Amino acid sequence: MPTSVSLDVNGRAVTIEVDDSGVPLLYALRDNLELKGPRFGCGLGQCGACAVLLDGEPVFSCETPLAKVANKKIVTLEGLGSPEQPSPVQQAFIDEQAAQCGYCLNGMIIHATALLAKTKSPTVPQIKKALADNLCRCGTHLRIIRAVQRAARNA
Amino acid sequence: MLDFVSTRREVLKTGGQLLVSFTLAERACAALAQSSARKKTVASDEVDGFLSIDADGQVTIYTGKVDLGTGLPTALTQIVAEELDLPLDRVKLIQGDTALTPDQGPTWGSISIQIGGMRIRQAAATARKALAEIAAERLGVPTTELRIENGMITGHGRSVSYAELVGGGTFSLKIDNNAPTKNPSTYSVVGKSVARLDIPEKATGRFSYMHDFRVPGMLHGRVVRPLAIGARLESVDESSVNGVPGFLKVVREGNFLGVVATTEWGAIQASRKLRATWSDWKGLPERAHLWEHVRTTKINSDLVTSNVGDSGRALSGSPKRISATYDFATQTHGSIGPSCAVVKIDEGRLTCWSASQATHRLRRQLAAMMDVPLDAVHCLYIEGSGCYGRNGHEDAAGDAALLSRAMGGRPVRVQWMRADEHGWDPKSPPVLVDLRAGVDEEGKIIAWESEFFVPEEGLGPVPLIAATLAGMSAQPITEPYRYNIPNIMTANSAIPYTFPNIRTVAHLLAETPFRWSWIRSPGRLQNTFANECFVDELAAFAGADPLDFRLGHLNDPRGAELLARLAALAKWEKRPSPRKGVKGDVVTGRGISYVKFDLARTYVGAVAEIEVDRRTGEVRVERFLVVHDCGQLINPDGVANQIEGNIIQTVSRTLKEEILFDRSAVTSLHWATYPILTFPEVPEVIIELIDRPNEKPWGAGEPAATIVPSAISNAVFDALGVRLRSVPFTPAKVLAAIEGN
Repeated sequence: MPTSVSLDVNGRAVTIEVDDSGVPLLYALRDNLELKGPRFGCGLGQCGACAVLLDGEPVFSCETPLAKVANKKIVTLEGLGSPEQPSPVQQAFIDEQAAQCGYCLNGMIIHATALLAKTKSPTVPQIKKALADNLCRCGTHLRIIRAVQRAARNA
Repeated sequence: MLDFVSTRREVLKTGGQLLVSFTLAERACAALAQSSARKKTVASDEVDGFLSIDADGQVTIYTGKVDLGTGLPTALTQIVAEELDLPLDRVKLIQGDTALTPDQGPTWGSISIQIGGMRIRQAAATARKALAEIAAERLGVPTTELRIENGMITGHGRSVSYAELVGGGTFSLKIDNNAPTKNPSTYSVVGKSVARLDIPEKATGRFSYMHDFRVPGMLHGRVVRPLAIGARLESVDESSVNGVPGFLKVVREGNFLGVVATTEWGAIQASRKLRATWSDWKGLPERAHLWEHVRTTKINSDLVTSNVGDSGRALSGSPKRISATYDFATQTHGSIGPSCAVVKIDEGRLTCWSASQATHRLRRQLAAMMDVPLDAVHCLYIEGSGCYGRNGHEDAAGDAALLSRAMGGRPVRVQWMRADEHGWDPKSPPVLVDLRAGVDEEGKIIAWESEFFVPEEGLGPVPLIAATLAGMSAQPITEPYRYNIPNIMTANSAIPYTFPNIRTVAHLLAETPFRWSWIRSPGRLQNTFANECFVDELAAFAGADPLDFRLGHLNDPRGAELLARLAALAKWEKRPSPRKGVKGDVVTGRGISYVKFDLARTYVGAVAEIEVDRRTGEVRVERFLVVHDCGQLINPDGVANQIEGNIIQTVSRTLKEEILFDRSAVTSLHWATYPILTFPEVPEVIIELIDRPNEKPWGAGEPAATIVPSAISNAVFDALGVRLRSVPFTPAKVLAAIEGN
């Protein structure tokens, strides 16, 4: 039976219809709300491509049941900024040219944003640790680290 | 090399004599204004195949080579903006649309700039020349007195724009291979690190990847693969998916099995719940005996890739001989986003959206599989997750075609799950290499012999899984290309060094355990690993500094210059390996490696600095220092980005990656069982680019990968005096090597 679920996504209250309340948040964001920031990578919480901020904490949306996000604030990559007005972290990724295919960027920027909210000037080992659960196959890691450092400097 | 040459006779016939007179161009241009509805040509010998200028003066590039995550569109935009003297924002780009872009062959082999981009540069140069000639006529000014700037041609105080000359029309010109290109000393855009055009949208979630593509009325499909690679589908219990919300249909054709639902989650749930029984199949070799299996696989033929002097005689007469065997594991592409495609069939016309590296080839494969005329298939490229060779995108497209057909042609999106990707994308073949060398009384190397056990051919279309499982057309598909290195896994089996007697032979195997394809730097990676480690073994045997040893056997000034610059960059201290006076459990070492890619183009030299823990066997790569010469640089930062990617990805392949399997199927189906390098393990990478603006641009997408495994192995030898000859260098293998020493 289709049920209505209310969500707070990127500062907006939205209601979506789902026919299975067990659906992971990722599919609600991508298929119901047509958001493109959170990406499908593994569906197993192993790669980080699907990350979103849930009340400011990074979570893997591919294994977060919709039932667990009621009354919580969800922020996706789109909610952080836009090409016209990128967030400081997004701007730093652009400035450092920190992408090859860019598919993993969502998880990197979400986790970096969460890190910098708590740790203003992270060391390189702290950055590496914060991003350790995010996989990049193209080998863009060094630029991503530089982007996080730049974002910290510019904050 | 993965160069291709069109074998169509008319192209060969016209190549090289394509100077087109002004009057013809003028007539063509005049005719054009009325013929804008004409179908756009995709001919690869026509300017109009690659370029158009619309009524507003906007230039469009039509490229058959696509962006696999390398930033290619930015570089191609720079090339065209430069040749036509336009600002970058006046040039846009369409890639990989079989109705609009020429078939330039698959995007592979590090030739998208070297060959694909140079074709487009020549098309732009031809256009520029024609525009100048028409402008000269119109302005009454000789071409030598014209100035071209910002899409305007000016002479004697009068100007005419590109848009006024051809806007909205076509050139109707063959590409003139002799049309002059700009002198590199006048470049303003090429050679600059122009920022990638796509990153702002990618960093903010606005970019649409293939995985984001939606069409109205689209359904969602998932595949259900056999439990064993060669298993037969015995039965399907369709009642097992009753009640799954959104579920529409089980699709079964032969051994092909899939589900379709109205929602993505419904399709996932149905694919998980569907009960099917499969026959038993155990056709894979035992993993523990993989290398015996490779060694005893039937050899179709031998290919001698180099032969100097008489190595057999020199070797048998050598007072001292050294031999070693190297192997390189089977690996997976491992794109972060699993393969995805959408297909719809409308009144017999099939449209396919995918991130295939080879849309024209995919079009031929889909037409053959679906048994429809080629004209009834249209493939469009949409960027996907990073692509390092022929992965699963084409297969997902084949899956989507079958599912769409079963749904009466409605658009169906197939998204592979992680296990589909890890389990079923084509793998790199396992490679085994035997090497032998002979040393004379004075310690000079007098003979080098090597044997490579590699699968034959491998650049043709990889069969679509859907076609194989469904038992559909397996007929050979005629390709309009021939390849300069048809047996791709033999590339770089010959060596860049000048020993007096050399014989390198590839045993072309009749089969290899898995459906295989090219993964970043195929052949060159595995073969350079063996060659550059064995050279290091010889240097150590001779008690020579490994860099000096290489220089002493190199008759190539460009390569020698690169090695000299590497020595300076790495502050290379001359001494033989292994290092002396090593103490403690964690030991550091340095290793060098060198390659001339395909023995014909891009040069790379690198020094790896590592530490190895002799208690745990863990190798940690601290730093890579790389000197890279790919001739003319189009976008230096783009090249540096590719080099960083090559190094880091290949450190991952070298230290960690190996697919696991039992006799039936791949068992490493996710990132826990097929781990790749993570942030805490990533080395620093220091790069020195050699720019040669007056030389041809060569490829940069793969060459730097080739030197990574050998540089690390040589560094471990430097640290411990232990040789690692089997990729990946897992802690268990390192401990075994220490033990065996």
